[in-house]
Parts: sequence; C-alpha cells; structure tokens
Amino acid sequence: MADQQHPDESAEHSGASRRDFLKQSSIMAAFAITPPAAVTAVEKGLHETIATRFEQMPLRVTINGAAQQLNIEPRVTLLDLLREQLNLTGTKKGCDHGQCGACTVHVDGTRVNACLTLAMTTEGCKVTTIEGLADGDQLHPMQEAFIKHDGFQCGYCTPGQIMSAVACIREGHADSPDEIREYMSGNICRCGAYSNIVDAIMDVKQGGQKV
Amino acid sequence: METDHTAGKEQIGRSMSRVDGRLKVTGGAKYAAEYELPALVYGVLVTSTIARGRIRSFDTRAAEKLPGVLAIMTYKNAPAVPGYKDTDPAEKRVAGQELRVFFDDQIQFSNQPVALAIADTLEKATYAASLVNVVYDVQKPTTDLSANLTKAYTPERPDDYNRGVADAYKQAAVRIEQEYHTPVHVHNTMEPHAATAVWEGDNAVTVYNKTQGVSLAKKDIQKLFGLSPDNVRVHSPFVGGAFGSSSRIWPPEMAALLGAKLVKRPVKVVAKREQVFNLVGYRPESIQRVALGATAAGKLTGITHHAVGLTSQYEQFTERILHPTKSMYQSPNLNATYRLVGLDLSTPCWARGPGETTGSFALESAMDELAYALNMDPLALRRANFAETDPESKKPWSSNYLRDCYEQGARAFGWEKRDPTPRSMHDGEWLVGMGMSAGIYKSDRAAASARARLGADGSLLIQTAAADVGPGTYTILTQIAAETMGIDASRVRVELGDSAFPQAPPQYGSHTAVSVGSAVHDACQELRRKLAALTDNGKRDATAGQAEQSHETILRQHNLPELVVVTESKGGAELETVARRSFAAHFVAVQVHPTLGMVRVTKIVSAIDAGKVLNPKTARSQVLGAATWSIGMALMEEGVIDDRSGRYVNNNLADYHVPVVADMPAIEVIFIDKNDSVIDPMGAKGLGEISMTGMAAAITNAIYHATGKRIRHLPATPDKLMA
Repeated sequence: MADQQHPDESAEHSGASRRDFLKQSSIMAAFAITPPAAVTAVEKGLHETIATRFEQMPLRVTINGAAQQLNIEPRVTLLDLLREQLNLTGTKKGCDHGQCGACTVHVDGTRVNACLTLAMTTEGCKVTTIEGLADGDQLHPMQEAFIKHDGFQCGYCTPGQIMSAVACIREGHADSPDEIREYMSGNICRCGAYSNIVDAIMDVKQGGQKV
Repeated sequence: METDHTAGKEQIGRSMSRVDGRLKVTGGAKYAAEYELPALVYGVLVTSTIARGRIRSFDTRAAEKLPGVLAIMTYKNAPAVPGYKDTDPAEKRVAGQELRVFFDDQIQFSNQPVALAIADTLEKATYAASLVNVVYDVQKPTTDLSANLTKAYTPERPDDYNRGVADAYKQAAVRIEQEYHTPVHVHNTMEPHAATAVWEGDNAVTVYNKTQGVSLAKKDIQKLFGLSPDNVRVHSPFVGGAFGSSSRIWPPEMAALLGAKLVKRPVKVVAKREQVFNLVGYRPESIQRVALGATAAGKLTGITHHAVGLTSQYEQFTERILHPTKSMYQSPNLNATYRLVGLDLSTPCWARGPGETTGSFALESAMDELAYALNMDPLALRRANFAETDPESKKPWSSNYLRDCYEQGARAFGWEKRDPTPRSMHDGEWLVGMGMSAGIYKSDRAAASARARLGADGSLLIQTAAADVGPGTYTILTQIAAETMGIDASRVRVELGDSAFPQAPPQYGSHTAVSVGSAVHDACQELRRKLAALTDNGKRDATAGQAEQSHETILRQHNLPELVVVTESKGGAELETVARRSFAAHFVAVQVHPTLGMVRVTKIVSAIDAGKVLNPKTARSQVLGAATWSIGMALMEEGVIDDRSGRYVNNNLADYHVPVVADMPAIEVIFIDKNDSVIDPMGAKGLGEISMTGMAAAITNAIYHATGKRIRHLPATPDKLMA
C-alpha cells in the first residue's frame, strides 16, 4: 500500500489552547462567560497555572438537601461533579452523550441527564440524586418496588431508572403500562429488566404513596 | 419492604429478592470506576483515527505543557510488559498474538489506543488527550467479511465435525439449502469498561476493574507483569453488565496498569462509549450456509453446516458456532466446517451464548424453512427429530426435558391457534405471525472453592472469588448456604469479586450457579460436620434437620470465636459419563406493518429446562434479559463499519439501537424445574445463555409467517420488509 501522510483531526488544533481561544475571541463574548480576573490573566500573558486558578468559579447548589459552596471549572458537567468531586457515585455514567439515561437526576424536581448539564447551570438549584431519595434508612417507595419486582440485574442503570420512574409519576405520565413504556424509553437497561420496571412503577402508582 | 426471609429449610427454589438489592437501589454498590483513592489521577485514551498503518510521529508538546498533566504515555515511554514477549501459546485463551497496548508503532484497527493523557482531573486529561497530535502512514484497511471469503482459513483450534456421510442432504426427498448472515453485535454493557490501578513499588499492584472473573484477571495480570501471586489483587464486587465482554484484560485496563506504573500514582481509566464498541470485544459477524435433508415424513437424514466468522489479523477468535447443530437433532449424517477471515478489526470476544446464539439462528431458521418445504408444522418437525441421546458424544443426557418445553410452551402460547399459511393472519391492518425455535446450551461445571466462616454470633460469612454481573449470584449463594446450614437467610452474608478469596471460575459459560453453588454447598456441609463432631463426636447425622443446639451455643460451649472451612468442589467421573445440556423452546408472536415494514414483537413464551431453579424470581429475570437481547439481535442491533476507512459509523447508543422498554412485549417464562441428578448437588443446570439460544430465529420465523418474507440477514430492519 502506498504510504501517505494522514494527520488526524486534532492536527488543526495543534498548539491552540483554550486560552488562545479566549485571546482571539471578542472581549465582550469572553466577559459573558469568564470571570474578569481570568481575562485579565490571559491578557497579561500570565502562566497557565495561574490562569487555571482564576478559572475556578463559585457555585452555590443544594445537593440532596445540603447547601454546597463549591469552586469548580466551568467545563465540569454535573455528572462529573457528582461522581469525581463529591463522591456521589450513585449517579452513573453510561454514555456521556445523553443517550442512555443512566445519569438521570432531578434538578428542581425535573429529571435531567446530568451528563448533558454543565454544573454551573445548577447555580441556586436543588439537585436530588439517588443517594438523596431515601428518608434515612427508610427507602423511597420506588426503591422498595424495584427490589420487590426485581427491576434490575447488574444494577448499573438502576439509579437512573429509579430517578426517572419517580419523575414519571410526578409528571403524571404513569397512568398505564403503555404510557410508562413511552415515558421511560430514555432509560436503557441492557440486562432487560424492563417489564419488571414497568411493574414496579405501576405498583407504586397504584399504591398511591407520596412520591 | 416485603418480608423475605423464611427460616432454615427450603431456601433453595424460593423467590427471594436480591440480597444486594438495597445497595443497588440506593447507589451504594461500588463499580470499577467508583473507588475514592488518595492521589488518584485520570487517564484518557487517545485512539487511532486509521484502521491500518503505522504511527509516523507524535506531537505531545501542547498536551504536556497543560497545567495538571502528569504525562502523555505512548509506546515510546510506556513501561515494558514482560508478558508480551514470552507467553506459552498453549496457555493463550485465544490463539495468536494478543494486542500489545502501547508497544510499537503498528496500527491494527481503528480506535486502537495510541496514547494515554494522564492529569489530575478528568477534564484536564480529556483536554490534554484532545491536544495530542498523531501523524500516521496509512494503509488501506480490509474490513468487509463478505468480500473476503476467499481468504477464509481453518483456525489453529479447528472445530470441523463429521458423522456419517457428507452432504447427505443432496439425496434427501425434501431439502433446503440457504445462507444466513449475522452482523457484528456489540455487548454495550451499561457500565463502560473501567479500571483503576494502584502500584506499590514496581512489584505489587491492586486493580479495581470491571471483570467477570477476578481469579482469571489476577492470573493474567500476574503473567503480563511477571509478578508473584501474592502481589496482585483484583477487586470487582459489582459489575455493571458484562455478557462476555469483561473476560480478558482489555486496553483500558492495560492503560491504567501502565499509566499508574509510569506516573507512580493510582490511575483511573474509563472507556468512552464509542471505545467499548471495539476495545473490549464484540460478537463477530458470521456467514453460514446450512443445508437440511429429510424424509417426506420429516425425519432428518442429513445436515451440512459451513460457518465463517471474522477475527482480527493478530488473533484467531473462535466460538461454538457449530455446537447446537452437532447435538440438537437426531441426524445420522452431518458435516460441518468452521473457517475464519482475518480483517483489520480488533479481536472479537464471547458474547452471550458465544457461537451458539449465532449458529442457532442459522440452524433454527433452516428448520423453519424445512418445515415449510415439508408442509409440516415447525413444532412437529422438531419433535420428530428429538435426540434421545446426544448425537455427538452418543452419551445419555444428564437430563433432557426438551419435550416438556415444547409441550408447555406451545400450550401457554396457544400454538394450536396458528394458521400455518404465511400472511394469513391479521390484526387490523397489521400482519400477524407466530414462530418458534428450540435451544440447546452446554451445562458445564468447573472446580470452585469457597470459604465458610461461622461467627460466634451464629452469623455465616461466605467468601469466594466468583462474580455477580447481574444474574443474582449473591442471592442464590445466600439461599444455598442458608438451606445447607439450616439457618435464616438474614444471617448469611456473601462476599464476591475479590481475588484474595478462594478461587472460583469466571462468570461466563452459564456455570457459576452450578460450580460455585456446589462449592458453597460443600463448604457448609463441612461446617455442619465439624459442628456435629463438636456436639456428639460425629454420631449425629450432620445433614439432619435443625440442630437442637444453636450454632452459637455450640461455639460458646467450646470457647471457639469462629469456625472456618475452605472447600474445593468439582464434579467427579460421573460428569464424563453423560452429555450435559440445558434446553429451551421459544414461541414468539409478531405484528408486521405491511407497508412500513415495522415489526412489533407482541408476545414471547420461553420454556426452559435448566434443571432445578434455585430462585424463580432472579431466574425469570435472566430469561427476560435474553428475550431483550434476542429482540435486539433479531430486529435492530448491527455494528456498521465503513469499509473505506475501516471505522465504525454507529458507535454510540443513538445510532446503534438496543431495545428500550417500549420495544418489549409481554413475556411468559416457564421453567420445567426438574432436578438434574448428575451435575451438582442442587440439581441445577446452566441458565444465563440457554434462554438466548435460538430465540432470534423464533422472531424471524414469526416474521416469515406474518409476511411470507424470509429474513436470512439480520437484523430484520423495516427496509427489508417494506412492501
């Protein structure tokens, strides 16, 4: 076969850094997303390490009832904040592309994919993860129902399924098995516990407990 | 929460909820990437953008100068792996030269790891990985199986098989001959493959990784790095799905091991979703020609089966594609061949029912075609060719209730309502079809060990290096231990997934319950014998019912803080006198839209002979899982590679479709639930894979019945069925 040179896609970015990007962007745009101190640091050509410190941004968020005062990089997703910085590993990373639902959490009561949510966008919000669903030792009715109906096997998609299932009922989308199937289709379970999951949600819905 | 613990006896066979359920529904179960370790840093893989060629040069400067970056590891600076040089070929689980990660400049498939960016946060490592620039010398890759059949070769570990006369079908009164095609099928476990490696010096390592077998992973790591057995420890107590994909040391694990050695800190590497499509194996594509010949009354007189599978250029991955054909039906004449074609792809691996699933799609489709050629009911054809003994080994079955599967499955499904004429049944505008198939899968038993420790408080701790990737192993071992000891299940704790525990086989091949269950059973029996010896010098029958004195009383009276036994268990010579298999009959109803070609599976009945069912609740879930996989395989799953570049075009969960809850029909699971008296003391046989074997064909057979269109090339996507 003939030899040919094949630079990969990243070649065009070679040598370009995020801070070069900041320098090249319009100052107005940069101000909109970046703390002024960081822009100043870039403008003055300060070392990357110093610039990094300025890129920590304050975030006030309530997670599972506890108010958190954090400093994070703006590029951190809610999923990685939970898993890698707060050790709340109950929220799972399945695809990191919003395609599997394993990272489902509640932000101000609404189910979202934590992998598609920049943590900074939860400023002032209430985030609930699987770790915050039970009331102390008392499991949430949906957690009980998943155990009772064997709504999981390996357990990896389970936290996302449960968070989604709770929201499904709260949204009023759990009036029939067909409706549940429609509104739970964003949560993939590769072990195939689907029909048991539908049974668990119907059980909770018909049990009439507060979710 | 429901009360789920009944005392003492009759724990085995009870529908007990999972003992690890609470951990799994609260987020408390820790998977491979979830260990909080001091000084942990992150590794992110850079993978090749070409499928064949060599690395001409790297430019890692931009990445290296980023704050927080510890190293950019490539083949140029990666620590040496002694095991890459001197592995005994006989010891290799797959013939050939395993992929040597970060070893040289050669690119053997697209997405091959070429660098690992290591930094103190995930974000920095991810960004650094994006700045690594690689220049390649490109060669044109070869990745199309169909176009390269002339390169097919007989594998070093051949599986050709003959009995009687070759190609006897050609002389048969009625015969069919067809070609069947199954695509690349990707495990896509929900948990991406991950590992964290922690070295202590250069000679001892602890790895938290996703594996189906900690004993096996430990042995492989030991050999790769030339370490002593005491200096390797593998933890994998929870595994987020595996299905065969976590049965080797794959590149993400090697990257963590090498990266951690290089930077002398714990390194965590998590594969991205697109990387699990080919860095951790997949079910290989196959092309199979099957010919069947029968008498006019439907007795098989000859079977011919030629199978070709793909593999990489560097290893010869073989699977049991011909196994169902060898043993499923009574035919005096059978000739079968198995060939491989090496392509510029990564090596495939075992995927749920490895080989059997692929082979049985061809065999069970062909049986359906033969039934139509004979103008015979497909179920009646299978009954007429029931094998009274194993046609391959000529040995009697250890147990075989396939006829009960046929009967009970057909009755529950309502098979008698089926009008055999294709395209004759309707529901509104939808065409209705009913199809069936049969399944056969080995029921092995391997040597396994377990430790049983009775504490002073009467609690029982079971430890074994087995895995629970989802089937419910924690739970059934709890049941076996509780029943054997005559204590409440709530007093039993089972610990798995630590290579420091007594050795156990990996969780694949549907043999964990049988093998490890026997070890737990035997360890508990030994404990009871010791207890009996303490109370009355062994005169009392050690296995008799509830002890009069509680276990804790006996320990207290003898001033014993605990009683511990470690037992190895394996079957005896009796295992070799029989053919050991599980059996299944699957019945499927579908609706097909006559214009749009959409297929809805509306009902599945799966009747299973897997011996004694240890826990109907978790066992049923395994069959539901197999049905889900079969719907995926039959209707939607297909790894698509662009043969011009050798690269995946659908390596994500939006483009590679797996079944979601809306795709699932009502599923009825029937267990024959009769003891196998030979294989193990519980009477169980293998379950995880039998329920997958043959089911995809039942779906496409139902599609044929609905539409008159035979799907011989999976998956049965709407384009193949449109009017």
